[in-house]
Amino acid sequence: MKFSEKWLREWVNPAISTEQLSEQLSMAGLEVDGIEAVAPEFSGVVVGEVVDCGQHPDADKLRVTKVNVGGDELLDIVCGAPNCRLGLKVVVAVVGAVLPGDFKIKKAKLRGQPSHGMLCSASELGLSDDHDGIIELPLDAPIGQDIREYLQLDDVSIEVDLTPNRADCLGIKGLAREVGVLNQLPVQSVAVEPVPAQITHKRGIVLQAQQACPRYLGRVIENVDMQAKTPTWMKERLRRSGVRSIDPVVDVTNYVLLELGHPMHAFDNDVLQGEVQVRLAKDKEKLVLLDGQEVELADNTLVIADEHKALAMAGIFGGEHSGVTAQTKHIFLESAFFAPDAIKGRARQYGLHTDASHRYERGVDYKLQREAMERATALLLSIVGGQAGPVVEAVSEAHLPAERQVTLQRANLDRLIGIHIDTDKVTDIFQRLGLNVQQGQESWTVDVPSYRFDIAIAEDLIEEVARVYGYHNIPPAAPSASLQMSKHQERNTPLMLMKQRLVSLGYQEAITYSFVDPKVQKSLYPDLNALELPHPISVEMSSMRLSLWPGLLQAVSYNQKRQQSQVALFETGLRFLPDANEAAGVSQQAVIGGVLAGIRQTEHWDMTTAAVDFFDIKAAVEALIATAAAPDEFSFKAVEHSALHPGQAAAVYRNGKQIGLLGAIHPQFEKELKLNGRTYVFELELDALSERRIPQAKEISRYPANRRDIALLVKDSHTVADILACIEKFGGNQLVGLNLFDLYRGKGIAEGYKSLAISLTLQDPARTLEEHEIQAVVERILAALSEQFEASLRD
Amino acid sequence: MDLEAISKEAAELVANATDMVELDKVRVEFLGKKGKLTELLKGLGKLSAEERPAAGEQINKAKQGVQQLIHERSELLRRQELDAKLGQERVDVTLPGRGKASGGLHPVSRTIERIESFFAELGFSVKQGPEIEDAFHNFDALNIPADHPARANHDTFYFNPDLMLRTQTSGVQIRTMEMQKPPIRIISPGRVYRNDYDQTHTPMFHQVEGLMVDKNVSFADLKGILSDFVRNFFEEDLEVRFRPSYFPFTEPSAEMDVRTSSGKWLEVLGCGMVHPNVLRAVNIDPEIYTGFAFGMGIERLTMRRYEVNDLRAFFENDLRFLKQFN
Repeated sequence: MKFSEKWLREWVNPAISTEQLSEQLSMAGLEVDGIEAVAPEFSGVVVGEVVDCGQHPDADKLRVTKVNVGGDELLDIVCGAPNCRLGLKVVVAVVGAVLPGDFKIKKAKLRGQPSHGMLCSASELGLSDDHDGIIELPLDAPIGQDIREYLQLDDVSIEVDLTPNRADCLGIKGLAREVGVLNQLPVQSVAVEPVPAQITHKRGIVLQAQQACPRYLGRVIENVDMQAKTPTWMKERLRRSGVRSIDPVVDVTNYVLLELGHPMHAFDNDVLQGEVQVRLAKDKEKLVLLDGQEVELADNTLVIADEHKALAMAGIFGGEHSGVTAQTKHIFLESAFFAPDAIKGRARQYGLHTDASHRYERGVDYKLQREAMERATALLLSIVGGQAGPVVEAVSEAHLPAERQVTLQRANLDRLIGIHIDTDKVTDIFQRLGLNVQQGQESWTVDVPSYRFDIAIAEDLIEEVARVYGYHNIPPAAPSASLQMSKHQERNTPLMLMKQRLVSLGYQEAITYSFVDPKVQKSLYPDLNALELPHPISVEMSSMRLSLWPGLLQAVSYNQKRQQSQVALFETGLRFLPDANEAAGVSQQAVIGGVLAGIRQTEHWDMTTAAVDFFDIKAAVEALIATAAAPDEFSFKAVEHSALHPGQAAAVYRNGKQIGLLGAIHPQFEKELKLNGRTYVFELELDALSERRIPQAKEISRYPANRRDIALLVKDSHTVADILACIEKFGGNQLVGLNLFDLYRGKGIAEGYKSLAISLTLQDPARTLEEHEIQAVVERILAALSEQFEASLRD
Repeated sequence: MDLEAISKEAAELVANATDMVELDKVRVEFLGKKGKLTELLKGLGKLSAEERPAAGEQINKAKQGVQQLIHERSELLRRQELDAKLGQERVDVTLPGRGKASGGLHPVSRTIERIESFFAELGFSVKQGPEIEDAFHNFDALNIPADHPARANHDTFYFNPDLMLRTQTSGVQIRTMEMQKPPIRIISPGRVYRNDYDQTHTPMFHQVEGLMVDKNVSFADLKGILSDFVRNFFEEDLEVRFRPSYFPFTEPSAEMDVRTSSGKWLEVLGCGMVHPNVLRAVNIDPEIYTGFAFGMGIERLTMRRYEVNDLRAFFENDLRFLKQFN
């Protein structure tokens, strides 16, 4: 809601500055979003009258005028506006005037004719972008008066961002009421006198949907002059409220909307046939709206209709067919109460949002219809003339909102706010708000006025008290609570611990969007159908991620384009996997994922660097696993995956259950994903890591440990994990350490074979091992390896 | 040779010895089994019993003198040798260390972590909720029925009328109260989504929801806890204000603003007393319990705290941006 400060101050005029007023409104819950001057700075501009107007001898489009600005002499002014004519009251920038943009008016000659000033258009004064001609002032405008004074241009437009509960402030009347409350001042409302019927013509009204429209007032006004012009003062007020002037009838209905907060509508009475009906639309009934758009109505939509067809979408938008035009002679004026429930969501259903729907869906005062009707009639008659018929009111009292009473207990007020406000003060706040209040022993009972749709329960009254009393007057306190220790479980792996492990390994945490490019996702996961957003920001952000990889890979590409040669990122968050067993058809799983590309480390004075490979990303996975449990619970197995390099992809298992993947992105995607070189990724389910082992300390042996190294020759097809598992199994309790310290293929080793150098550490908890015992264990291991893997000792 | 000459010779040789080997040779020459002083001692037997003690004493004294000189010289040589060795091992301590530079947490995580630790101190536990949410938890249970104008303000990403990306973390309040009875103290950080993208809006951002429900929790308590929070968060004695506002799930409702260095007010969070309809919807009796709830935008807090000017930087994941927070 945007309004003119001066307009508001006609209703209530507290002795505070614009800034104070704005602060006061914000602090009362009517947040001021902006304040702007209604006119830019200018000076030396006055009201004048064209007392002579002739054709310029040398220019077809120019006129030579003499203008009276109240001085000793008439001013010679050359003017090019088509509407410049004799007798017109005009806006004159006299010599010495400074117009917006620091435009100074000097004596000049235009095509040989002297010109001592300028007749101004609205755009030249910065009031609008209307270039159509010079401003035409009313004939009673006082000659010589400064235009800033005459048009009250030293004014501001204040924009308040009203919350949905405060529909009562969507008009000057309501705002004034609020400002009156806050400043303890009476409000000067505009006197609205009933306009007596001058003619007997009227139109019957039938309420067919009484729940949706319990009150409808109509009135015929005949012989209106649509050529009449909306007066400048009204145009100015509309402009300062951000409303365009259209024609006098629309302007008046908009004016009443802004003034009283009550939407109105006018029909061309000659188009209407028979009685006006307020009914629900028939399913798929068609209506052409005022903007020319044809809509197919749903049967939940209230319409104003005549005997034949729908004329307007009630409380939302008028129809083109029945609208008032420049040719209209007689009008039918509507002032109705439509129930919020009948309007809510309907405009949105058709992609519409209008000033009327905005108010009706929040609640319009259901006792205001007659006042609005009389106010609009009086304004119309004063501008377009004509004769008004009697007001016809159709009403279903039973369907009007019930008169409500709300009771507030003192104890509840104190408990919720946390301080005690004096009883008289509370009563006074209610009274100032216009709420009829009965003060009880320990309570207040309040009649809710017809314009407050937001007051239904005691808490609503508490808010009113707190708001008017001032939130700032409620001192902050420290809440009390019982000091009960909450439940802590060491076996829950802290997410921060996992994050910190990755950070130590040089990974930077990223946050990528949860919706990704469906093309990328389809390439990486051709077999999965991701959940798609029906109305995304853009196609590239329309598919719910199936893993963190698409987003992380995009981040890699983004950084590589910016000369980052080393990219290590991780992220935690949800992935969204289709799952028919889940209520929403999608399983939302928390995962931790990472990506690695480029060089292993920054070039260093003493270390060589190389491109990262599979075992770099595996180190990250191992570090994460280590936060949860001993490595023996986990295993890695080669796997095939659509997104990954077939020879460099592994699934991670915990106790036999797959919990994640790692590997190199399949080189075939590198171009599509704009990746520079091999890129490695991992992703693990956080749930699978969330439970960690509580350490159970074992005694440390005090006897010497014995190391024996063996060099094995095995077929390349045997995995190291299998071989180490075999050694562990046959090593028995005395094998306390096992480490692969070299791996060799190539010269000296037959094709298809590899050499593994493994150290074994043997120790007994209770005694020193004898050489023959050590030898026995090693022999046992070698025998098993030979049998299971055809492994031989390398010479 | 007389004793004096021998001592003098020994002293000279010791002083001239340049390493331990040479010094040892000198020791052998004078103090060894056949050393010159040893020989003199052996010759004592030839003297008379009267002469012997005095001569013996003199020789021993000379011997001790030489021993002392050798010891001193050896100490000196050892020290010099060590110094030379250490000198060779000198490194340029300003050279970078070996190993890998650490990465770091995202600034949004950093903020969440700080917020969690502040509230953990007051016994608030951390809860999480789903991001694809149903209409009940995102709207209905929060007292925002279908067609409520507040729904239109949410720019919701719908999958269908009953399923959407959550627009606020407030749904976690409901999920918590469905499972747990008062006293309740929780916060819930997480991603939320709005269909809006420009200079000051990203379609995804983060909120922290807070909820406290107990007997006699008041608006004054809400003001106290949140004022403490922002002052701790910004580590400044910031001016804050609570401005009446409207959220369907709180009554009374407020927005909290902090005064920025430029003197303007910056809105940092919305809050209020939990609406009795919300409590009733989860079977908590509003006659017995009251509560407050708040929700704050993490990016906005982070921007103010670390002087980040462009909201979109949080999701571009530019390493040059991220590394500033390491």
